[in-house]
Amino acid sequence: MTKKIKCALIGSGNIGTDLIYKIQRSEFLEPVWMVGIDPESEGLQRARDMGLKTTSDGVDGLLPHIEADGIQIAFDATSAYVHAENSRKLNEKGVFMIDLTPAAIGPLCVPPVNLDQLEQNTMNVNMISCAGQATIPIVYGVSRIQGVEYAEIIASLASKSIGPGTRANLDEFTYTTSNALEKVGGAKRGKALCVINPAEPPMIMRNTIYCLTTDEPDQEKITASLMDMIEQVQRYVPGYKLVNGPVFEGNKVGVFMEVAGLGDYLPTYAGNLDIMTAAACRTAEMFAEKLLNGEMTLEAIA
Amino acid sequence: MKSDLEGKKIIVHDMCLRDGMHAKREQISTEQMRTVAKALNDSGVPYIQVSHGAGLGGNSLQHGFAPHSNEEYWDAVAPVLTTSKMSVLLIPGLGTMKELRSAYEHGVRSVHVATHCTEADTSPQHIACARELGMDTSGFLMMAHLNTPQGLAKEALKMESYGAHTVYVTDSAGYMIPENVTECIGALRDVLKPETEIGFHGHNNLGMGNANSIAAIRAGASRIDCSVAGLGAGAGNTPLESFVAVCERMGIQTGCDLFKLMDMAEDIIFPMMDHIVRVDRSSLTLGYAGVYSTFLLHANRLGAKYGIPSRDILLELGRKKMIGGQEDMIEDTALTMLKQRQA
Repeated sequence: MTKKIKCALIGSGNIGTDLIYKIQRSEFLEPVWMVGIDPESEGLQRARDMGLKTTSDGVDGLLPHIEADGIQIAFDATSAYVHAENSRKLNEKGVFMIDLTPAAIGPLCVPPVNLDQLEQNTMNVNMISCAGQATIPIVYGVSRIQGVEYAEIIASLASKSIGPGTRANLDEFTYTTSNALEKVGGAKRGKALCVINPAEPPMIMRNTIYCLTTDEPDQEKITASLMDMIEQVQRYVPGYKLVNGPVFEGNKVGVFMEVAGLGDYLPTYAGNLDIMTAAACRTAEMFAEKLLNGEMTLEAIA
Repeated sequence: MKSDLEGKKIIVHDMCLRDGMHAKREQISTEQMRTVAKALNDSGVPYIQVSHGAGLGGNSLQHGFAPHSNEEYWDAVAPVLTTSKMSVLLIPGLGTMKELRSAYEHGVRSVHVATHCTEADTSPQHIACARELGMDTSGFLMMAHLNTPQGLAKEALKMESYGAHTVYVTDSAGYMIPENVTECIGALRDVLKPETEIGFHGHNNLGMGNANSIAAIRAGASRIDCSVAGLGAGAGNTPLESFVAVCERMGIQTGCDLFKLMDMAEDIIFPMMDHIVRVDRSSLTLGYAGVYSTFLLHANRLGAKYGIPSRDILLELGRKKMIGGQEDMIEDTALTMLKQRQA
């Protein structure tokens, strides 16, 4: 395929930078613009070195170029606080938003769980959080077999992989992830915990998922369902791995996962970056494919 | 005998009804809370921490479910306090500002905003929110032995800049010895504003609770966390009654009634204990290997479940530098060790 959908990346931090690598490898997407707010930032410099056009004037610096450069999809990796405004400005110009902040104004997406069923008339899709992407497939793997009264996840992240945006907004991360365990994972109640560990060498991202099932868990069916979900995530994040479990104790199902990244921008311990950027990229690809086939058109939202 | 600290005033903060929850597998009734809180109030203890052992948002499979919500505990305790103030623990990533506002509405007036000792920048929202509510606000640098004194001072400066009135050096693993405490508190005192207080929160895993707390005061700390009879995680916190006795000997003023605290330890707290909180094989391992004190009972339980000595599990957790909040990694580690031993 020669034609690709042109993309803009907003936010030149860890996630935005890692996205460049993922999108460059895509069959359907092409990274064209990187938007930052600090002209001196390392992220913008790197984007320029990788052949992207850059602006340090925020989204306003991108708006005049959207038409000429044919930008159709934008990825927002800034913060929950500025996302709504970014989205409004870009939607107005007919640009589709993939939201990687915890703002969650559009429908929530975890590709192996609900990519096929996303609302087709939306102009904004939210990717929840790295912990959400890493754990919701497991919760769904249980809840599609039997009712889950309560799901709890614990994400342990290497200190070096967590940028200033996430650090300053841990509450939003907690709320958005907890809510998505219910809305997308299918648990009646969800709770997300996160721990930032500074150990050297940095620890690989770990996620523990606990589900309390309504009645006694069907061990065989749940195990098979979980293995299937893990395999589906591995298609876009090869380092997604079951370390221990499932452990069954009464109605509690415990699953201990590890996520190693591809080592594109940060080393492989930062699986939290990969699972987020790879999921966002996969989601964008689905829409891009439809745009290229003419199954979908983008309309400016006034 | 005159001591160099004669006349020094300090503020003690009791942990029985928060850290002590860990030692009780989070199972303390509202009635027991009221009894303990009243006795602490009547003994002149200025601050009493009251919540789930893991603080706000603590009720979870990871940290255990208490029989009551934090709100129910605060409502039970608030009416019996005449002079003592209630405080709470808030670990960002677990607790949120929504819960902090609820705590304030239920009468809590002081908070320890806790982060791992290198991650102070996960606390600015919460410290600012506490200040906005008008609370007595402390930053609480946990597992302090995993940072250098200079590194701790840098993190303490961040918390001070977010608005913390006090910054604590928190020896969560009970690993520190007095020389370490002197260095760490000294490093903070060198850089923090004179009006910013410094606190020390110890665990008695190496039997150093009192000695460390005195070293902290000598190096410039003015707030000390203790708990009556040491009811707390691991081998417990610095026992309040013996600490107050030491302070009296040295002329350090705590404002607490020693005999009332002694009676309370004997008559109320000891009978409440499910196991005698003391330096034993497992809690000593925590202090020796530098492991988060709360891991104690989990490691004992999972060690028994999988037939692996809890000391082996704790040593491995120390080697892997697991920190507070990673209780899930205890079972994960036990399972991995089991596989290796069966291979």
